[in-house]
Amino acid sequence: MNDTMSRYRTMTGHRLFWPAAVLVVMLVANTIYRPGFLSIELKDGHLYGTPIDILRLSAPLILVALGMTLVISTGGIDLSVGSLCAISGAIACMYISKQPDQNSLAVVLTALAMALGVALVLGAWNGVLVAVIGIQPIIATLILMVAGRGLAQLITQGQIITINSEPFRAIGLGHLLTLPLAIFIALAAALLVAAFTRRTALGMIVESVGGNAVASRLAGIRSGRVIFLAYVLSAVCAAVAGFMMTANVSSADGNAVGLWVELDAILAVVIGGTSLAGGRFFLSGTILGALIIQTLTTTVYAMNISPQTSLLFKAVVVIAVCLIQAPAFRARFTRRRGSVPPSSAIADKPKEQVPA
Amino acid sequence: MTDNRPVVTMTGISKSFLGVRALHDVNFRLFPGEVHALMGENGAGKSTLIKVLTGVYDTDEGAITLDGQPVSFTGPMQATAAGVSTVFQEVNLCTNLSVAENIFIGREPRRLGAVRWGEVRRRARTLLARLDLDLDVSAPLGSYSLAIQQMVAIARAIDIQARVLILDEPTSSLDAVEVAQLFRIMRQLRDEGIAILFVTHFLDQVYEIADRITVLRNGGLVGEYATAELPQLSLVEKMIGKELDVLEGIEERSRRNLAVLEEGTPLVAVSDFGRAGSVEPFSLTIHAGEVVGLAGLLGSGRTEVARLLFGADRTDGGQVAVDGTPSSLRTPAQAIGHGVGFCSENRRAEGIVADLSVRENMILAMQAARGWLRPIPRRRQDELVDKYIKALNIRPSDPEVPVRNLSGGNQQKVLLARWLITEPRLLILDEPTRGIDIGAKTEIQKLVTQLSDGGMAVLFISAELEEVLRLSHKVAVMRDRQMVAQLANDDGLDADRVMQTIASGSHREEADR
Repeated sequence: MNDTMSRYRTMTGHRLFWPAAVLVVMLVANTIYRPGFLSIELKDGHLYGTPIDILRLSAPLILVALGMTLVISTGGIDLSVGSLCAISGAIACMYISKQPDQNSLAVVLTALAMALGVALVLGAWNGVLVAVIGIQPIIATLILMVAGRGLAQLITQGQIITINSEPFRAIGLGHLLTLPLAIFIALAAALLVAAFTRRTALGMIVESVGGNAVASRLAGIRSGRVIFLAYVLSAVCAAVAGFMMTANVSSADGNAVGLWVELDAILAVVIGGTSLAGGRFFLSGTILGALIIQTLTTTVYAMNISPQTSLLFKAVVVIAVCLIQAPAFRARFTRRRGSVPPSSAIADKPKEQVPA
Repeated sequence: MTDNRPVVTMTGISKSFLGVRALHDVNFRLFPGEVHALMGENGAGKSTLIKVLTGVYDTDEGAITLDGQPVSFTGPMQATAAGVSTVFQEVNLCTNLSVAENIFIGREPRRLGAVRWGEVRRRARTLLARLDLDLDVSAPLGSYSLAIQQMVAIARAIDIQARVLILDEPTSSLDAVEVAQLFRIMRQLRDEGIAILFVTHFLDQVYEIADRITVLRNGGLVGEYATAELPQLSLVEKMIGKELDVLEGIEERSRRNLAVLEEGTPLVAVSDFGRAGSVEPFSLTIHAGEVVGLAGLLGSGRTEVARLLFGADRTDGGQVAVDGTPSSLRTPAQAIGHGVGFCSENRRAEGIVADLSVRENMILAMQAARGWLRPIPRRRQDELVDKYIKALNIRPSDPEVPVRNLSGGNQQKVLLARWLITEPRLLILDEPTRGIDIGAKTEIQKLVTQLSDGGMAVLFISAELEEVLRLSHKVAVMRDRQMVAQLANDDGLDADRVMQTIASGSHREEADR
């Protein structure tokens, strides 16, 4: 009995337990409402079904959220990712639309390289503002969030650029081994970021800077470089997400691509267990968070919730998710703990759970 | 000073926090028209006493009277309303608001709910005129110096018909001219009959302005004295609390001769290092294998010296030579490159990264020096971490627990390990034994001896003289942000002489007044 209890504790104590539980509850609720929800069928060598759709549609969000995870871990935030999606999509589509052979692989690769190059420069801009000049991250990235939309409009000259390029379209809608290509791209990005942070010492140093900047400096860490790198990485992730978003519809709309994705990304990071105050980050948690958000969006459509109330519905679910994750909130519903000494009460204080 | 009735009496005050005794049976009196200094080392109970008086804490035992009437304030607001105002060390004002707004914030004169701004400004001007201050009351407070901000805080405090003004370390961030300005106002208020309770760590200031002194030690009352009748040396003795002859029997230790140690090129030699508002320029040499002790009261500039040597703060001028070669120590990363390590006294804020594991905290400095692209292989990490967990007897011995779950003493050892792993040539230890249990304390002292025998130079900072004398080859004495003496720790040096130096600013015997 005791053994079962302790096993239950270990399981519920795992940081991925509550996000995973929320996801499962959502899927179950959907299945009850619509029994065919989880069914997958094979058609023309491709797998189809709502779960596949959720995975495919969450790919861009996963990408953006991966970069955001690192930025938030340093104690910062990157509001410009939505605009970066729009800019990179606009550059890629604009270039392709000007070429005689839009279906040439070389053309598409050149377009991607150009857009990624611009994203690197813009990420470096954010990095310099935050790490070198020392502007508060929320303000520094707000600049590009606002100006970036204008930049995207400028690139497309205010038009919606439509292209007809099979290789580019494949980024969003192509298939590989019966599954959408986007899923593999997101997976590859996740593995790359994981390797980049955990196979090197970058992850630990980022966590150290975000966890205690003063102590990190006194341990000899040059935090500026690390913070700079996080913003550049975030911009690159956002650019790739921008390719997917534009490829999905084969057109670039400077106003609409990636609109508000920064908020969803921040939310995914927080649901995944990374504190907005910085410090420890959890890439797997972030991915789970992105899946929760996409499932929620799909649910809203699937349940025919009217567009007027869908945002409110989303907000209520998000608040619930954040509350369930907060140990202090859960403690109210389990047995009351004895009074704890103030110091440890502060140390155990649940990290900010701020729904974006 | 006056033989009329005290405005405040506190009798038999006791206060504990979670079983830790902060105050025990303390009596305190404050008379109108006096400046009364409350003295004691860190942790003596000064702040607790003030917080009990102003109602931030309630008492476990004891009684407080104000004008002969028993009182028990439930909070600082109530105390202020009754005429007991406090100005805290960190000025609790908003630098982005105007001077006038700061004085009246929270109690603006209103008419029909609207603030009467003209009235606010007029009354602010009157108040400041009383303190002989001519300020633009509409200017943001932040445009004035810290000293002026302090005085605005005082103006705010005395507006409420204050009869008791408590100043908690008001001078800790002021320079000499600003202190003189503050003292002028304190004298003026005293002459108006206000009772001033003054907390400071600067001995000179106490003798300059205080009429009487109350000394606390370890939560207990040592005594109440007239300043004129208490020589500085006796005051230091009463604060530190060791009778001088008790300290005479310092544990004998085969101490290598300082002259031999200081042969050859010093490992680190700095000259004219200093920083305005933090520590006066000083020169210091440290040789390989040498333990240099840094003695002085709290706030005397010990930590500031350490921070300059580590590049945590930048020196205003001066030179530094490492191994005889001119170098610079302008950032911590640079200092680490020269083989310097620094354990901050502020373990929580400047030492550990609470979120990270014991292992990660230990390898942090080494990893930072290598850069993030060259991670320390996991096997090497485990070897190093295991070695130091064993060598320093860190508990729990699991390297993967977050360091926040460790006790203070064990966190301190983790920090020590962080630096030992980098194999430093000079290790700066700022209060490494404060707030940790006696077992861990002796382990750390033993370690310092071993390290210096192995050729490492150590700068050892501690408020405990006994400890400094036991470990050091040379003792540099700090007083009021100046390095006033460097004494060879030979047979002639004892706690008596160090205390005299702290008290008088000179190491001559006759300096005792």
